[in-house]
Amino acid sequence: MQDSHTIVVPDVTPELRQQLFEYVLQLADTSLILAHRLSEWCGHGPILEQDLAMANISLDLLGEARSYYQYAAELEGRGRTEDDLAYLRNAVEYRNVLLAEQPNGDFAHTIVRQFIYDAFHYHLLLHLQTGPDKQLAAIAEKSVKEAAYHVKWSAEWIIRLGDGTEESRHRVEAAINALWRYSGELTTPSATEQVLQAAGFLPDYAAIQQQIDQHVERVFVEATLPVPQGVFMQKGGKIGRHSEHLGYLLAELQYLQRTYPGLQW
Amino acid sequence: METLELTQEEQFQARIDEDIRIEPKDWMPEAYRKTLIRQISQHAHSELVGMLPEGNWITRAPSLKRKSILLAKVQDEAGHGLYLYSAAETLGASRDQMLADLHSGKAKYSSIFNYPTLSWADMGTIGWLVDGAAILNQVPLCRTSYGPYARAMVRVCKEESFHQRQGFEIMQTLCEGATEQKAMAQEALNRWWWPTLMMFGPADADSPNTEQSMKWRIKRFTNDELRQKFVDMMVPQAEFLGLTVPDDKLQWNEAKQGYDFGDVDWAEFWDVVKGNGPCSRERLQARVDAWDQGAWVREAALAHAEKRKQRAA
Repeated sequence: MQDSHTIVVPDVTPELRQQLFEYVLQLADTSLILAHRLSEWCGHGPILEQDLAMANISLDLLGEARSYYQYAAELEGRGRTEDDLAYLRNAVEYRNVLLAEQPNGDFAHTIVRQFIYDAFHYHLLLHLQTGPDKQLAAIAEKSVKEAAYHVKWSAEWIIRLGDGTEESRHRVEAAINALWRYSGELTTPSATEQVLQAAGFLPDYAAIQQQIDQHVERVFVEATLPVPQGVFMQKGGKIGRHSEHLGYLLAELQYLQRTYPGLQW
Repeated sequence: METLELTQEEQFQARIDEDIRIEPKDWMPEAYRKTLIRQISQHAHSELVGMLPEGNWITRAPSLKRKSILLAKVQDEAGHGLYLYSAAETLGASRDQMLADLHSGKAKYSSIFNYPTLSWADMGTIGWLVDGAAILNQVPLCRTSYGPYARAMVRVCKEESFHQRQGFEIMQTLCEGATEQKAMAQEALNRWWWPTLMMFGPADADSPNTEQSMKWRIKRFTNDELRQKFVDMMVPQAEFLGLTVPDDKLQWNEAKQGYDFGDVDWAEFWDVVKGNGPCSRERLQARVDAWDQGAWVREAALAHAEKRKQRAA
């Protein structure tokens, strides 16, 4: 973990710094919520090896979330800690994408949710690691190696399930049908992201979208699955308009901190 | 030559007595093989089922750091399960068969996991006490006579000592914290102390397998010896934490340089062993559900691998 004194904050206007804070929080919340969902599988996976793999990915995302929260806390400069940010904000203050909070469902739903996110995450990190924000670049440089493994793992499962048995194919198709509508939000810039793109802090998402599309196409062809077309895309997570699932997740996640305010654990 | 007159069994015992490890391809008595499969698979099942009580708190861990450590710990247990199933496989047992025996209730696992985890302090207590007891049971197994088991245990023990430290640290944080936190720690100790003492198994007089297992050097200490060691080790730690061990009869015995302690409730122990622990049904059901609901995933993986093989041919 990064110590706060080693965190480099870019020399920008207070307004831009506020936008950067919002954006880093979005990254942090997304990683945490997805890590939380994956951790719900722990002890209940379909194969012991896959139980381990999901815990592994969850741990990677949790570590990444902590780096982002620590950076966000520094950007905000109001003395909040990583735990204050994670445990003491309400659902409407959370900035994670809708995809991350969707329930695990069956293994096919978990895999599809993971693959959609991994493909985006991997290509985003490739850009962030060479971006102008030194702190984000450092976190991305570490995380991209993990994300490369994540997307390899979830892609392999998309292929196995798509080109496995009749049942697995039905299940993975049902999961794609349920979850594809959350993929568009990943590369639809919010007002915050637009400001950061204009300031050169974030890449143009059209370029990332193209890389994601190619990646998805490659995997789906091998899985003998059609890539969905013309799906209506839901969005809102980035501005705090969540699905009803998030409230329950946070009630569980925040239970001890909310029940016993201000204690150390 | 006298050695030529030794039976296979005598030669085997001679190797054991010289502390030479038995390896998978060596001749071994059928009873030795069976005892080991039973013990190693029970141990593997315990790791697997043991993921559940702690898994119950991963989503409620009180800080990001604690969440991360707890998840890593439960993940280690899955890893231990894997090493142990592999060790048992070297004796000719298949993982599917071992799991089928777990699911049918034929194979046992450590009774301690049939108790519920009711507060965050249970995560501290399990790490500190339960893993502490597990380490006492397991350290001697690093020198057990069967090579693959001993080697698996070396890896397991390294990670267990990290688990115990993190458990103790949770307890220490609670005991140094607010009144409610200290009360939480004491309440957890009250619930877990006696079930933990039961982890060493029945009293020596009621442990029919001990004598043969000692002779084969699968086991190196009796249940009662380990239980005594555990009490002697844990009482000072509880005192350091400022917690009270829930045993009126607990008293230092100068002559034996150890603690005298009260009687374990063996009726409760046998009830839990027979599947009537407070969470016995839930734990087993959770494993059966995971297995049944994962069937289509395993079938898909096999079917896909088969398709690949055919395409490559």
